[in-house]
Parts: sequence; C-alpha cells; structure tokens
Amino acid sequence: MSEFFHMGGYAFYVWTSYGIAFAILLINVVLPIVRRQRLLRDLRRTKSRKTT
Amino acid sequence: MRLFRFFHRFASPREFFRISGSMIPWLAATTLLLLLIGLYLGLFVAPPDYQQGESYRIMFIHVPSAWMSLFVYMVMAGAAAIGLIWRIKLAHVIAMSSAPIGASFTFLALVTGSLWGKPMWGAWWVWDARLTSELILLFLYLGVMALYAAFEERRTAQRAAGILAIVGVINVPIIHYSVMWWNTLHQGPTVTKFDAPSIHLSMLAPLLIMAVAFTVFYVVVLLMRARWEVLDQEQRSNWVDDYLEQLSS
Amino acid sequence: MSPTQRQRLMVVVIMIVGIGIASTLTLLAFQKNLLYFVTPTQITSGELPQQRQFRVGGLVVEGTVQREGVKVQFDLTDTANSVTVVYSGILPDLFREGQGIVANGKLTDSGVFEASEVLAKHDENYMPPEVSDALEAAKNLPDKFKGHPK
Repeated sequence: MSEFFHMGGYAFYVWTSYGIAFAILLINVVLPIVRRQRLLRDLRRTKSRKTT
Repeated sequence: MRLFRFFHRFASPREFFRISGSMIPWLAATTLLLLLIGLYLGLFVAPPDYQQGESYRIMFIHVPSAWMSLFVYMVMAGAAAIGLIWRIKLAHVIAMSSAPIGASFTFLALVTGSLWGKPMWGAWWVWDARLTSELILLFLYLGVMALYAAFEERRTAQRAAGILAIVGVINVPIIHYSVMWWNTLHQGPTVTKFDAPSIHLSMLAPLLIMAVAFTVFYVVVLLMRARWEVLDQEQRSNWVDDYLEQLSS
Repeated sequence: MSPTQRQRLMVVVIMIVGIGIASTLTLLAFQKNLLYFVTPTQITSGELPQQRQFRVGGLVVEGTVQREGVKVQFDLTDTANSVTVVYSGILPDLFREGQGIVANGKLTDSGVFEASEVLAKHDENYMPPEVSDALEAAKNLPDKFKGHPK
C-alpha cells in the first residue's frame, strides 16, 4: 500500500495533480449550489416585498 | 422532426428548467460511477509505463481536461453563434455558463501538465507551440468572462462576449495541430491520430472512461449553472412564482 | 430561416473565415519562430549563428554518452546528421541513450554545442514494461519504437 502512495518516486507530482483536479471539480459543483441559495433567497425577498 | 420539436421545447426557459432539473440527478450519478471506475482502472489496474514509470498516471487527469478545454470552447462558441443568429436566449445562457467551466478545465490541463513536465521533461513550463496556444485558450476564456461581466445590459454583454468566443475558435485547431505543424517539446497525439492509438489497452481504457466522465460532469455542472441563470432571467414570469411557491410549501 | 437570420449567419461565417485567413498568414510569417528547436542538420549545414542562444533537438546517439562528474558529453542526431553536446548539470529522469532530448545553449567555434539546459522529449507511445520488453526481444521494432531503453 505504501508503494502505491509512493508512485515510484513521483508521489508529489501525481498526488498533487489528482488533488488539484478534485478541488477544481468540487468548486464547479459548489459554485452553482451557492448561486442557487443566493438566488432563491433574493427572489423570495422581492416576492414577499411585492405581496405585502 | 421529433428531435427538432424536442429541442424547440427544450429551448423554452420553463421547459428547460423542468427537464434539466429531472436530468441532473441521473447524470450526476453517472459521472460519479464513471469517475470511480476510471480512477480504479487508472490508479490500481493500469500497469506503469515502460518509459515514464508511475508518473504517466497524471495523464488520466491531464488529457481529459485538455480535451474538455477544447470541447467546451467549441460548445461555447457554437452556442454563442446560435444565440447571435437565431436570438435564442437559452443558447446565450449555455455559452456564458460554459465559459467558467471551460476555463477551469484549461487551468487544470495547464497545471497538471506542469506537474507532469517537471519530472519527465525537466521543466515546469516551456514556451513551445502547444503550451503557448493552450495558455492563450485560458486567456480567451477569461476574456469572454470579463467581457460578459463588463456590460450592465445583459443582451449587449452576451453579444460582445459571444463575438469574442466565436473569434477565438480559430485557436482550437491551432492547439490541436500545434504538435504536428511545429516541433514542440510536447508529445504528438497518442489517441486521436489516424492510425491505431499507440497506447496499451490497459491504459487506454481508463483514459477514455475518464474522458467520458469529464464530459458528463461538464453537462451536469453546465445544466446546474444554466438553470439558475434561467430562473434569474425569467424571474418576472409566472412559472417562477409557481416554482417558488412549490418550493416553500 | 428568415432573411435577417441568414444575413447574421453570413456575418458570422465571414468573420470566422476572415480571422482564419489572418491567423494563417500570421502563423506562416512567424513559422520559424514557432519552432521550439532546430535539428542537427540545420547546424551542420551552417544555417545557425555561433555564440547565440538557441535550442537543438534530436536523439541521443547510443554509446556516445560520456560522464565526468557532473559534466556529460553526448552526440545528438536527427538520423541524418549529428552534433556533439556538452553539458554540466542535472539531467532529467528520462535522459538515456536513444532518448529524444532538447538542449538549449550556444554553438562554440569548434562546432560543439554547449548546453545550459537539457530537457527530455518523450514520444506518444504508452505501454507496460513487459510489452516493451517483448517488442525489444522480437527485434522487429518499427522505427518509432527504436532505440528506447527498457
């Protein structure tokens, strides 16, 4: 198993690549979700202002 | 004809919002499954390379993201052209939602390339035709995003950024053929050349699976981005009110 | 398609064609500068200036690598002509006999290329070591596989 993480001496390069890839994919998922929350909050606020 | 009708319906904001909402969970599950299979085959099953040892495993990230950087650009430019010519609102939304996703794939391709170049070539970065044209692609994406953000009025912003996206499409064939037209430090094509791919099947399989995973991933995050953009743009429509009511009840 | 739509389509097409022609001409004009490296043949034919920095690329000729401490000397070939390269410094992991490399440096009066940087250029073939060994053993390697170490 430690041999697997060692990656034949290239551990730093390989795991940094996979780590950055994971982070970037995650950001791509999180950003639209954040947008959704903000948008829905704002829309609810404007709608309730209109009705009252 | 039925396909045309489907797209015609799909292009209406309300239908797009509804249909994409029901597609996302399935596509997300597919992405996750493909990523897990790809990573398993790429990290555990595929043997080391005869020349590059274990370091070549960066390929399973690097190559799909580089392919996606070009594919997403073509989708963006194509959607921008459709939006400009036929004035379809949804096409502009697709184009502008693709830009940040494409930029992130381009960034990932450049960074993982750098992390692969250092141990194999002996340099983090070189100014050869392939690397330089890919860097220009990143700047094109950022330029499209900046231009879109620069205009107060949405339609003007979409047109200006769309035109830049279409103009920049010329860079796509340059990137692809750079390794054949000029001598570069970057290698030539392994998979997309005319004769059989010069890669062992045990390494090709995870590469292609990761590429499909990245493509489906792109569709998922594109739909996610586009949905909320559509909802924002259509907030005065009745169906948005209905949706909000349905959410809070 | 309505006439206005057709007109807009034409504008987009003309725009792409125009940019395409402009880029092609620009790239052709800068053709030489876009090459990352020159070949040993270009050096032996005397095309290149001495005492000016440039890059040369080729394959390391088998049996020519001589090491002396950190100093290393080897011949670089494009299979037609070759040039001797001297270098002192750290070589990339992929540096070996038969490997494609790119050296950055200057040509001295004696015709020896003094490199200040050596980069390895790997090819587009990927296979497990066993397959490579089998190919090597079969000895009927196609040209593109030739000269790769185990």
